[in-house]
This record gives sequence, C-alpha cells and structure tokens, in this order.
Amino acid sequence: MTKVTMTVNGKSVSGDVEGRTLLAEFLREGLRLTGTHIGCDTSQCGACVVHVNGNAIKSCTALAADLDGADVRTIEGMANADGSLSVIQQAFQDHHGLQCGFCTPGMVMSAAALLKENPKPSEAEIRTYLEGNICRCTGYHNIVKAIMAASGQDVSAIAAE
Amino acid sequence: MYNFEFAKAKTIGDAVKALASDDAQALGGGQTLLPTMKQRLAAPTVLVSLNAIPEMIGVCVNDAGEVCIGGATTHAAVAREVAAHYPALAALASHIGDPAVRNRGTIGGSLANNDPSACYPAAVLGSGATVKTNARDIAADDYFLGMFTTALEQGEIITEVRFPVPHKANYQKFVQPASRFALVGVYVAQYAGGVRVAVTGAASDGVFRWAEAEAALSGDFAAGALDALAVPGNDMITDLHGSADYRAHLVKVMTKRAVAAAH
Repeated sequence: MTKVTMTVNGKSVSGDVEGRTLLAEFLREGLRLTGTHIGCDTSQCGACVVHVNGNAIKSCTALAADLDGADVRTIEGMANADGSLSVIQQAFQDHHGLQCGFCTPGMVMSAAALLKENPKPSEAEIRTYLEGNICRCTGYHNIVKAIMAASGQDVSAIAAE
Repeated sequence: MYNFEFAKAKTIGDAVKALASDDAQALGGGQTLLPTMKQRLAAPTVLVSLNAIPEMIGVCVNDAGEVCIGGATTHAAVAREVAAHYPALAALASHIGDPAVRNRGTIGGSLANNDPSACYPAAVLGSGATVKTNARDIAADDYFLGMFTTALEQGEIITEVRFPVPHKANYQKFVQPASRFALVGVYVAQYAGGVRVAVTGAASDGVFRWAEAEAALSGDFAAGALDALAVPGNDMITDLHGSADYRAHLVKVMTKRAVAAAH
C-alpha cells in the first residue's frame, strides 16, 4: 500500500491505496464521492471524467498513486458555495440535458473544461468536444443546448426540446 | 487488473534503475497500458511512472531548428505548444482520441506502444524524426519494426522526440468512429531533400512509407501526381471495419487529400 495525498474539491485528503487503485475507485470507495460514475471502465464512455490540475481526464484510466499531490475536482465540487446549482448544472436541468442521469457527472465536467478553454463554443465545437462522453438516453441534443445556454448564447434557434 | 508495485521516478536515471528488473514496465499516460492491464493482457510486477520527470516534459526548438518534444509530454500540450512551430504536427495531436485522453496520453507512450492504428507513428516516420532514448538516438526509419514492435530494448525509455520542420505538411485521418483511431491515416511532409509519405492504420505491419508516392510527389507536389499509382491490398489489415482492398484504396485517397491540404 502507498499513502496518497490530494486536494479534492478544495480539501486535503489522504488514504492508502494499492498500486492498481484507479483514481475513480479512490474517489468512490476511498472518499465515498460516488458522483463520479464508472460506466464502461475502458475509457470510452466518459462518465468518470474529473478535473486533475485543471484538465479533464478519465478517472478510470489513471492510477491514484500516480496522482499523489494532484488537485482534483469532481462533480461534488461543482455546485456554488451556498449549495445552489452552478450555471452549467442549472442549464442541464433547464434544458432537459439528462434523462437517466448516469452520464451527467462526466458531461458536466467535460462541459466545464470546454467552457474554460472556449467560452463561446459553436454547436459543432461542443459536439466534437463531447466525443469522449457517451449518453444513451438523450440523443445529445439537449446536452448540447444546455452547454450553449450555459455559455450565455441564445439557444432559441436550436430545434425544439 | 493484477496488483503491482508502483514507483514514480523523479529523474531519467531513477526510472532506468527502477526498470532494470525483467518484469518492470514503464507507464506513460496509461491510456493504452491501463486498459490492457485491466484485460490482463499485460501484468507487470513493477510499474514505473514517467509522468513526474521534469526533463521529459515540454516542447522546445533546438539550434538546428528541430522541434523537440519531451517523451512525457501530453497530446494536449503538443497541440497547444507546437502549433506555432510545426502546425501539421500540432493538428495531428489535437485529434488523437478525445479531449480527456489527450490530457493524459503522452507522445513517448504512444511511440513505445506502436499501435498499428495510432497517429503519432505516421508523424514521426513522415517527418524523419529522431527518437531519443536514455541510451541513444534512433532514426524513425530504424525505429518502427512492426505491429506493437519497436527498436526499444527492455527498460529503454523515450526521453525526447526531435522533428525537423518541413516546408509543408499535413495529416489526414479517416476516423474509425467507435475508437477514434485511424482506419487509415496519411502524413505527408515536403522537405528540401524530398517528400515523405507515412501511412498508419492500413498495414498489418504497422506504419510504413509509401515509396512510389514519395517519388512522384518529390517530382511534382500535387494530388494529380498520384493518379497513376495504386497501393496493393496484399499487406493491408482486414477487419470488421474495412477490408484490405478498402484500406488500400483509402491510402491513396487520404494521401491526395493530405497533399491538397498541405501548407
């Protein structure tokens, strides 16, 4: 076992991990932060996306021990300080950007990473950026719409919900 | 995945030392190795992370004008930091996998793995780059030895890759939509000494140079110069995504597109 220490959602945390412990497992089983989902466990679906040192990564394909000292942000760290939903989360709710909700944590984390890089993305840019996040319910349309709305763009021209 | 002993090297020397045992394996970004270990297709007893070695991270331009990329530099960093120096290479890096994969996967990891459908091998072979390891410099033409096979010895680490910058270059990838690997990818680069054409995704031996196209394009750098050429299907991959003949056809199509788009 190796001891790892990270900053997760602004708080310093530490725990003992095996070499093979994935970041997703450390978050879910070690820290009980179960908002990060493991969908495919093969780095295809994106339900496990979190931010590490400001960059979106797939937490099922990174070792906890390799990220000792990292600054991690998960879906639990996305709401505003008063507990209200962040702009992106609220937009997902307002525009029905989720149905079963399983992919949503990863979608929100990817959306936040996109808007940091590109504050006013086009519809095509959003769709391209989300190619590593799979949703089996929505058909993506309302997810794209929610992200456009969260970026402050007019979404009235986008087809009906 | 089976458990292993984890080590994180701080210097190239540390990493080489930690990799001395037979069952030790270097870990780059892990975007291929970790899924492979989950499937138990690889089961090293010691895994040595190369992700915290400062001298292996980053991009610079050396006195010879070559773009030098540290072996542990992520695809996302290459896409950002190489754009001003070698745009075709930066563009290739910006289309590998998806954004989350690009934030983790590294150029050294991709080249050490030498997946027959990976993008970077086409850029390295197409640019006649030099793969620098802890022990020696390996010319691209001597580096790729077949599917998942390279000139690297056990425990040898890619510390840097040096790319001479061409007059014009372009990479065209026909994406296999489920995996986002190249069904066929072609890298074309025009240098003072001639044109290089490297093809990935197509051949069962992995990346290769298309010599006839190089000769034709060195005489006339125009898509039309390839009209009379054809790639034989014999050595191409056949799988559920495309037959050997289909891939052979795509090689020519993608080469022409790369020539037309090169700048």
